[in-house]
Amino acid sequence: MIGVFSGKRKQFKRGIHPPHRKYTQAAPIRLFVPTGELTVPMAQHIGAACVAVVKAGQVVEMGEKIADTDAFVSAPIHSPIRGTVGAGTICLLPSGRRVPALQIKPPADGGAIPDGFLKEFLDGDWEGVEPSAYDPEEICAAIRSAGIVGQGGATFPTFIKLKRDPKRPVDTVLLNGAECEPYLTADHRLMLESPGPIVVGLQLAMRSTGAQRGLVCIEDNKPDAIEIMRKATAGRPGIEVVVCASKYPMGGERQLIPAVLGRVVPSAPKGLPLDVGAVVINVATAHTIARAVVRRRPFTHRVVTVTGRGVREPGNWLVPIGTPFADLIEACGGLTEDAVKVLAGGPMMGPCVPHLNVPVVKGTGGITVLSAEEAASFREGPCIRCGRCIDNCPLHLAPTKIVHAVKHRDYALAAEYDMNACCECGCCAYVCPARIPLPQYIRAGKNQWRVLQEARAASGAPT
Amino acid sequence: MSQTIITPPDTVRTPPSGVPAQGLLVGPAPHLADASTTRRIMFEVVLAMLPMFVAAVWLFGARAAALTFSTTAGCLAAEAVANRIRGRSQASLTDGSAVVTGVILAFSLPPGLRLYQSFLGGAVAIGLGKMVFGGLGQNLFNPAMVGRAFLMVCFPVALTTWIEPGTLKTIGVDAVTQATPLAAAKFHSGPLPGLRDLFLGNVGGCVGETSALAALLGGLYLVFRRVADWRQPVGMLGAATVFSSVAHWAAPERFAGPLYHLTSGAMLFGAFFIATDYVGAPVTPRGRLVFGIGVGLLVMVIRLFGGYPEGVMYAVLLMNALTPLIERWSLPTPFGGKASG
Repeated sequence: MIGVFSGKRKQFKRGIHPPHRKYTQAAPIRLFVPTGELTVPMAQHIGAACVAVVKAGQVVEMGEKIADTDAFVSAPIHSPIRGTVGAGTICLLPSGRRVPALQIKPPADGGAIPDGFLKEFLDGDWEGVEPSAYDPEEICAAIRSAGIVGQGGATFPTFIKLKRDPKRPVDTVLLNGAECEPYLTADHRLMLESPGPIVVGLQLAMRSTGAQRGLVCIEDNKPDAIEIMRKATAGRPGIEVVVCASKYPMGGERQLIPAVLGRVVPSAPKGLPLDVGAVVINVATAHTIARAVVRRRPFTHRVVTVTGRGVREPGNWLVPIGTPFADLIEACGGLTEDAVKVLAGGPMMGPCVPHLNVPVVKGTGGITVLSAEEAASFREGPCIRCGRCIDNCPLHLAPTKIVHAVKHRDYALAAEYDMNACCECGCCAYVCPARIPLPQYIRAGKNQWRVLQEARAASGAPT
Repeated sequence: MSQTIITPPDTVRTPPSGVPAQGLLVGPAPHLADASTTRRIMFEVVLAMLPMFVAAVWLFGARAAALTFSTTAGCLAAEAVANRIRGRSQASLTDGSAVVTGVILAFSLPPGLRLYQSFLGGAVAIGLGKMVFGGLGQNLFNPAMVGRAFLMVCFPVALTTWIEPGTLKTIGVDAVTQATPLAAAKFHSGPLPGLRDLFLGNVGGCVGETSALAALLGGLYLVFRRVADWRQPVGMLGAATVFSSVAHWAAPERFAGPLYHLTSGAMLFGAFFIATDYVGAPVTPRGRLVFGIGVGLLVMVIRLFGGYPEGVMYAVLLMNALTPLIERWSLPTPFGGKASG
């Protein structure tokens, strides 16, 4: 029946249908101009942390490099505004880690961000850009030096993903515009308001990896974005828009690749999309790539959705990296009286922040403030073995079995149940009638297992 | 891993308007959940048993209701005592699972049973069938069937005395006894009832099981609402149909046909309400199908070749014992193959 109504809509097995609640889908992107100081963390990506290359008291221009490292898996950090470098500090990341950070104070007389920045960010002539004018090495180098990491949330340095490897050829780059997280609309708005750089970014990624095909994947709850991206990609060789079912977690690469290409990505932690000749990049990442390669603009700003019933005026903002949640929420009219939880990201995978001095980082796609009514209570009850976690797991795992093993501290058994393949999407906890926070137990189990493995490796015992 | 409230540290920056004075709530993602809860599931199971309850009262009078209340009271009493002994809160009394056990047990007892007997059955079902294992979700065997097995051992005559529907109007009055359709078919002890009577329930048998129609109505509701998995009923009824068809084809004078078997005894009630019990069945989808098929085959083996005319109780208990093994054999393969490391 579904097929009759939706044509060739791409689908994956299992998964869930949480409420969409895209309250901010009609709110145009606005520029957030900071008046208070920014806190820019030195570790915003998977890999080695950066070290500051500027001194306290130094005046930096917007886009000037302020931190870097020689480590391979890393991404440099640039000043998102013109301002004065303050003292070093320690800040809390949305992930819960505490890392060194630099404070940057905007000039008292304004001018932290040049006039017309929003227009420059969104518009401009991208029609005439010829991706073949850039060679793959050059593209990767530009991406590395612009400090680009995956903006879908994983924050893996993008240049590594796009490096051409003759041993593992890539035939397709998937542009991930699924935005399956409820509430979030940042990617949706970016596709509507700035399709040009997104398409160029995709072409550059294809050029860099050597892929002949580029697929723009959008869930069917965003018909306007599908139309705009269809127009923007018309006449570009090898690029097509693919309509996906609105289902969570469509935007996970292990769901998107099977749905769109019919290829099964080998299980984590070893298996990668690269193993099946595919690379997935987020639409926001593609946008940043195009700006970095063509216009030499580093990754200093990103679109953030501030949403939820717990915030007075939800909206989509172009935000300098390092902006404290407090300032951005204040710009949205502040919290409502019944706000209870502030999430970095959407409600399915976004971690809670304990206070609002947490900065927006490269991986922050949204701030969701849940009201008491919206936030589900997870008072854990006993597992009644209903099996719904198994029925809905998009990776076909048995979450309840893993969690039982973790609760008994039998991490080897949990690993035997493929705990390490879990992507922590949260489908299991969403459907659990006993309200067991299964992904949390699995995260704990993975950590314990890693500690055990490291201890074993250190003692020289065979694994 | 319950949620804790963290007070924000002293902030250099003025917090935005309206930060709750008690601080923000933190807890692990996800922060949304489906509306379905354990309590709601139990409520839906009770709701699905309503047609059978109505049929039972229609056929066996107030006695059916009295039995249902006494087993449920026995279940709740045992749960309360066990909670007390274990020093746990009495919150589990309201999760509905003891009520479900009580109603299922009552529906599987003969209507002439004395109320102290059924109360005792309920207490044993929860006490020995569930609480000694650690409460909800921990038991190996279906608690209601444990309670019934206990009563079968203690009161074998009472558990095999059946009365004709409509002859037992008031509590404690002698009623007309009657062989159940399955006993009639097995021991050739009486005329076989027609399929119409079997379907509507106008035959001797346990309180809730006689009306195939009522069990089917409630059962389909559960499957449609996805409270019960379709795999156990399909597996059980499918296996029983195949088995009884073959037997009937081989020896029609000795064995009744598949429709007779499907509509008599606790076949439909068991397929939708006993075999679908979450706790005693495998959690894996394939395992549930195997479990259902196993129950269906065992029921027919007992009915046709065993010492008892009916076998749902023993079939379920035997398959409960096999559940851990079935589960082990039927674990799903991860989508991307076994993870290494």
